[in-house]
Amino acid sequence: MPGNFKNCIFLRGKAMIWNPEAEANCLYELRKRQAESLVRQVRNVYAHVPFYKKKMDNAGVKPEDIQSLEDIAKLPFTTKHELRDTYPYGLLAVPESHIVEVHTSSGTTGTPVVDAYTRGDIEIWAEVMARTLAMAGAGSGDVIQNAYGYGLFTGGLGVHYGARKLGANVIPISAGNTKRQLMVMKDFGTTILTCTPSYSLFLAEAADEEGIDFRKLKLKAGCLGAEPWSENMRREIEDELNIHAYDIYGLTEIIGPGVSSECEEKNGLHINEDHFYPEIIDPQSGEVLPEGEKGELVFTTLTKEGTPVIRFRTRDITYLFRDKCSCGRTVIKMHRLLGRTDDMLIIRGVNVFPSQIEQVLMRIEETEPHYQIIVDRGKTHLDEIEVLVEVEESFFSDETRALERIREKISEEIKSELGISAHIKLVEPHTIERSMGKAKRVIDKRQI
Amino acid sequence: MSVKQISVFLENKSGRLAEVTKALGKGGINLRAITIADTADFGILRLIVNDPDGALKILEKEGFTAKETDVLAVEVEDKPGGLAKVMEIFEKNRVNIEYLYATLEKNRDNAVVIFKVEDIAHGQKIIEENNLPVVSGFNF
Repeated sequence: MPGNFKNCIFLRGKAMIWNPEAEANCLYELRKRQAESLVRQVRNVYAHVPFYKKKMDNAGVKPEDIQSLEDIAKLPFTTKHELRDTYPYGLLAVPESHIVEVHTSSGTTGTPVVDAYTRGDIEIWAEVMARTLAMAGAGSGDVIQNAYGYGLFTGGLGVHYGARKLGANVIPISAGNTKRQLMVMKDFGTTILTCTPSYSLFLAEAADEEGIDFRKLKLKAGCLGAEPWSENMRREIEDELNIHAYDIYGLTEIIGPGVSSECEEKNGLHINEDHFYPEIIDPQSGEVLPEGEKGELVFTTLTKEGTPVIRFRTRDITYLFRDKCSCGRTVIKMHRLLGRTDDMLIIRGVNVFPSQIEQVLMRIEETEPHYQIIVDRGKTHLDEIEVLVEVEESFFSDETRALERIREKISEEIKSELGISAHIKLVEPHTIERSMGKAKRVIDKRQI
Repeated sequence: MSVKQISVFLENKSGRLAEVTKALGKGGINLRAITIADTADFGILRLIVNDPDGALKILEKEGFTAKETDVLAVEVEDKPGGLAKVMEIFEKNRVNIEYLYATLEKNRDNAVVIFKVEDIAHGQKIIEENNLPVVSGFNF
């Protein structure tokens, strides 16, 4: 019985593995199960989802052609665009009456994507989230302050179901109301915080103003996700909140949070690959790339019932690797996200990820990562990049010369790191929008 | 013998200066000297006030980046050649000046000029040695 407490493995001084049968299985057994699930899922979608039948027919693939994991390459990809076109219920693989819960993506960039869960899907979600929270050291007796938004967004309820399955005490505080967050953290002895990484820093800032010392709180770990962040930002969060900060990854199209997460090694995110089969492809050619090579991450939901997806292109850039992780888990890992195929900026022909600029800013010690990148075409019709950086007290000076020097230093570092010239503009604190949810780091004004 | 100057970071956009002065006015802060150093993108507002610590608190609460710096407030004879006399002493003794500006103050018949010098300890020593009159506070 996976998920039962008596089956959990406790290693000396390590966090528990919630479901060793799934997370620490031998590779042969794992791949056998994955193949069985894949064959079953492909037959299922071909029979029950006209959208997939049509796609497979157009590609000349029959369900019988899929016999092994390698055969997955024969199947056509699914894009976010297609998922939107099927709004709201075009991808259902079960009768509508079997759906017990619905979530959607925020839809900020268009029609939202729908994730419709059966009772079984909710059970899978709780299971993978229990694994995620256990990976961060949570268990029965822990107090999980869940500051992800409750509602259509998957973050809130995903953590909630996982925490409940784990037997921890979950505080469903949802996002926002910073003062109350701090009060609850203090009064209820929160041990695990779940929210976006930028919100955790926002909380740290607010705590500072309120005179709250994180060293005196019981907080020990954060499960942070729903937006990209860097290794430098992790160091800052761990330092300011006095916790271990773990990266967690998930997306509405697949299940929500619970797709993959970090263990205490903080070296790559373990993918729950018995449920979500990962591939890395060349974003241009669509060719499957071997382990260790960077490319676009693609997922197939092997077990999902309500709205299964086949070879969904996430647009996230990373690579996969399978190492001997000291935590004892054997499942494949993905490196933390290296960028997005869609937020990658091409500046005068150079590929630039906002995270690279963030790293430069963090390296120049004086600057906190409150920045915004504005891309535009000037009078010369060439790409111009401007980086707004908030002036912090730590490097503010009464002399213009000193501030100009900081500006030049940032500009030089960006030039040497990325090979592009950027205009650095120093701005007043709190002028760049702080988000409770996703940070808007890039404004692209180019009309191409 | 030094006084505290408040510096505030300002972007070059309309209304910012009005907001700073409004906030300080509301808080009962009296301005004794004010000057702006500006570049194409930003400016640094420098202020001498009656209550520097109070002013800093107000500015921080309003979300401005601000800090205190020690500067010298030297009395200068209010007649032609008055400032030149002080400058000559500074020059002769290698007191390097980063910037200077005048205040609204008048002590007896003397004007009060604010000096930000590279090495404040050295500046203070030269002032003492030459018996230049200084102002050490604007507490009114």
